[in-house]
Amino acid sequence: MPRMILACTVNDEPVEALIQPYQTLLDVLRDTIGLTGTKEGCGTGDCGACTVHLDGQPVCSCLVLAMQARGRAVRTIEGLAEGDALHPLQDAFVRFGAAQCGFCIPGVLMSAAALLAENPSPTEEEIRYGIAGNLCRCTGYTKMVDAISEVAGAAGGKA
Amino acid sequence: MTVATPKMLGQPIKRREDPRLITGSSTYVDDLQLPGLAHLIFVRSPHGHARVNGIDTAAALGVPGVLAVLTAKDLEGSTTGPLPYEFAFDPFSDVKNMERGPLATDKVRYVGDPVAAVIAETRYAARDAAALVEVDYEPLPAAVVDPEAGLAPGAPLLYEEFGTNLGHTQDRKVGDPDAAFANAERVVKLRVVNQRVFAVAMETRGCVTDWRPGRPGDSGELTMWSSTQIPHGLKTKLAVLLGVPENKVRVIAPEVGGGFGNKVDVSPEETLAAIAAMRLSRPVKWSETRSENFQAAMQGRGQVDIVEAAITGDGRVTAIHVDAICDIGGYYQYLSPLMGMLTGMMMPGPYDIPNIHFTLKGVLTNKTPVGAYRGAGRPEATYLLECLMDKIGHELGKDPAEIRRINFIPPEKFPYSNGLGANYDTGEYVKALDKALEVSGYRQLREEQQTARAQGKLMGIGLAAYVEICGFGPWESATVRVEPSGKVMVHTGTSPHGQGTETSMAQIVADSLGVGIDDIVVLHGDTAMTQSGIGTFGSRSAAVGGGAMVMAVDQVRDKAVRIAAHLLEAAPDDVERSNGTFAVRGAAGKAVTLGEIAAAAYGGNVPTGDEPGLESTRFFKPDDSVFPFGVHVAVVDIDPDTGRVTLRRFIAVDDVGNVINPLLLDGQRHGGIVQGVAQALCEEVVYDESGQLVSGTLNDYSVPTAHMMPMFELDRTVTTTDRNPLGVKGVGEAGTIGSTPTLRSAVVDALLPLGIQDFDMPATSVRVWKAIRAASGSNGQA
Repeated sequence: MPRMILACTVNDEPVEALIQPYQTLLDVLRDTIGLTGTKEGCGTGDCGACTVHLDGQPVCSCLVLAMQARGRAVRTIEGLAEGDALHPLQDAFVRFGAAQCGFCIPGVLMSAAALLAENPSPTEEEIRYGIAGNLCRCTGYTKMVDAISEVAGAAGGKA
Repeated sequence: MTVATPKMLGQPIKRREDPRLITGSSTYVDDLQLPGLAHLIFVRSPHGHARVNGIDTAAALGVPGVLAVLTAKDLEGSTTGPLPYEFAFDPFSDVKNMERGPLATDKVRYVGDPVAAVIAETRYAARDAAALVEVDYEPLPAAVVDPEAGLAPGAPLLYEEFGTNLGHTQDRKVGDPDAAFANAERVVKLRVVNQRVFAVAMETRGCVTDWRPGRPGDSGELTMWSSTQIPHGLKTKLAVLLGVPENKVRVIAPEVGGGFGNKVDVSPEETLAAIAAMRLSRPVKWSETRSENFQAAMQGRGQVDIVEAAITGDGRVTAIHVDAICDIGGYYQYLSPLMGMLTGMMMPGPYDIPNIHFTLKGVLTNKTPVGAYRGAGRPEATYLLECLMDKIGHELGKDPAEIRRINFIPPEKFPYSNGLGANYDTGEYVKALDKALEVSGYRQLREEQQTARAQGKLMGIGLAAYVEICGFGPWESATVRVEPSGKVMVHTGTSPHGQGTETSMAQIVADSLGVGIDDIVVLHGDTAMTQSGIGTFGSRSAAVGGGAMVMAVDQVRDKAVRIAAHLLEAAPDDVERSNGTFAVRGAAGKAVTLGEIAAAAYGGNVPTGDEPGLESTRFFKPDDSVFPFGVHVAVVDIDPDTGRVTLRRFIAVDDVGNVINPLLLDGQRHGGIVQGVAQALCEEVVYDESGQLVSGTLNDYSVPTAHMMPMFELDRTVTTTDRNPLGVKGVGEAGTIGSTPTLRSAVVDALLPLGIQDFDMPATSVRVWKAIRAASGSNGQA
């Protein structure tokens, strides 16, 4: 198959990549661009480990063809922090000990960041549903929910 | 020597692993790239039971980019013997000798059984080619799926040469169970099914294998990065299996995305990947797909228990008879045979049962092999016992908490030998029970339940007690090395994959040396750097690995004190640690830092009798295992119209001895509880009667999501142990072992007003709804 040129931004940087039209955004991010923070947990959109933002919306990058990102803005876990300043969710995840094996964490953080961008003061139930597309096998979700709640509370206080 | 710095042990120190995990900058196996990396894809059986009459690889070999297609025939001479499996520790009988290679030969015995391997330049090419490998299968009728049916005369045989599907047996007796049953005032019987479950680590299995060919007279070198819990064991077994000298084999467990026992394995896939790299002299990557993971990664549990108990009129158990039927799957795979053995070893659980008869039948079935899964045999023992305690309560009309109370081993009987090889260290079971009742508000819950029941509501209160054996040896190693500049490098032979062991080990070292935790780096999982180890499984890291760490760091500290005394011209007994220095007691200003001590140590400026350098490697061999225990309580509400079970509250009182880091501890408990709850409520591996895997995707297998779980209420009692230097017992599996029977107990308690006393997991809506309909005399049709 003739290869195609993908031009988009990834974490605010312009990217041009020569790719196969059948490649998923996940594969291109990991294998072509070299951003391996985004994980493949199932390849079928069931686990959320590959969650990235496409124009600010959370998507399972294993279900998005890379060419669908043409001309659009992709944000991955590598672009969640602003420079050396961790995103408040990242900071809270460390303080609460929300991660264990860490494999699901990039996806959970991207889902949670998208949730808070849309709804800065979610209830506990809204948080639980907000990350319900992300499977974690280690933590029972408790500390994640605590950490997201705290960040949401702080954001709510500022608003 | 006095300790003047604040203690790190017991503090909720933030996880030192997290910075790399929350930024996506860590390296898991699939993140690795090597020059010339080739990709490996397996061709797996779509049949549960079939003869393989031939394999045609021509079309696959024609796919551009394909480097090799391997079948069992091509592997002759590649290994020195069959894949390893363990029949250790306890007497087994009738054991069948199994000669399994990395790829199936004449027969496939489960859906997912690997029959061929394709190696290509890209994953895409390998996958395309794998689809073109033509395997001539002759499906065999009536696959053995139900282990009990597999034992029936005339059942199809997985191995004709054995003449039976019975793989192995055990028959163990304590006391005089026959006499106890003959004299029993009452006998209670039940049959419980501990269904198979998937481990579902979020990172599937996988490995990258690199082979550097040797020169004539010198072996090549094999390096494998594997998502494993046992890098050292894997190194030794691979070396033997592949005929490569062990000093030319290096195994690295990089960041590992969850294990749960599932990665305690020397798998056909890892073996084949090594062979492929050696054949091609190229690095080879195998990344398991989720679908493969469901089909071919070892599964957990899979036990049917037929239970009889002799009891007194007030509910005291005088004897127990258990026939455990263990569903092994199509092959023995590494630790498969040991799961049921552990069930037998913990047969009386926390109860003082003097007479025991335990039999075990390991049955070969047309399913994926079983292996360790969080708890591994001990959840099965706890589950059957707790179902029994509930049943006794129901039959005698007594509160389940009181039935357990009168059967507990009393504190004065410890150490308690249960007659089956387990020698319990310490236990205060009544204390844990009372605390659980208090924290849960048990009495008020029962009052609330009475009101709810009067209104026709199905509210259930579940309760379960457990004791587990963990902290398995035989040993663990640790190395503590103070670098010449005073920074501390630590190696642990454990191989963590989410437990936070880099943090807990650093806490141990910080306390002993009096250095800041940021000056310590903890390494693990690379057999070239950490030269000895057993790994991480069976809740052993703190109890055994921590013990080794204490021994190593204390030896380094003692040497540092001697060097400090030498530098300060004082007696070692007069040197104390103070504010990060080693100082002479009562002599203001006479102090040296650890960095100055290290500089002296590596400069050879050491006291007579000491060697230069400042490091220690120690092995800790515990005299015996440790026995954490606890009592869990759950409250559920069941919708009588839909059968939907809602978990309203979960209260866990665990006693794991001393605690190194409560932040890590609670994380282990949360995760463990959810895995145990999931088995009770929603998870079940399903095969149809032809051996086809029905629950083979995350869409068909219900791993709990965030919105299904409540916040957990955690409390503890503390009963220490003298079996390791830290007095710790281990927490990795406690939550899972206790929570499954607790949830089952709650569901049955909710259904009791309908006359339902027996219910097999999982309590999915449809199963509960059917039970309700059956109990109310309906045929179960809407």
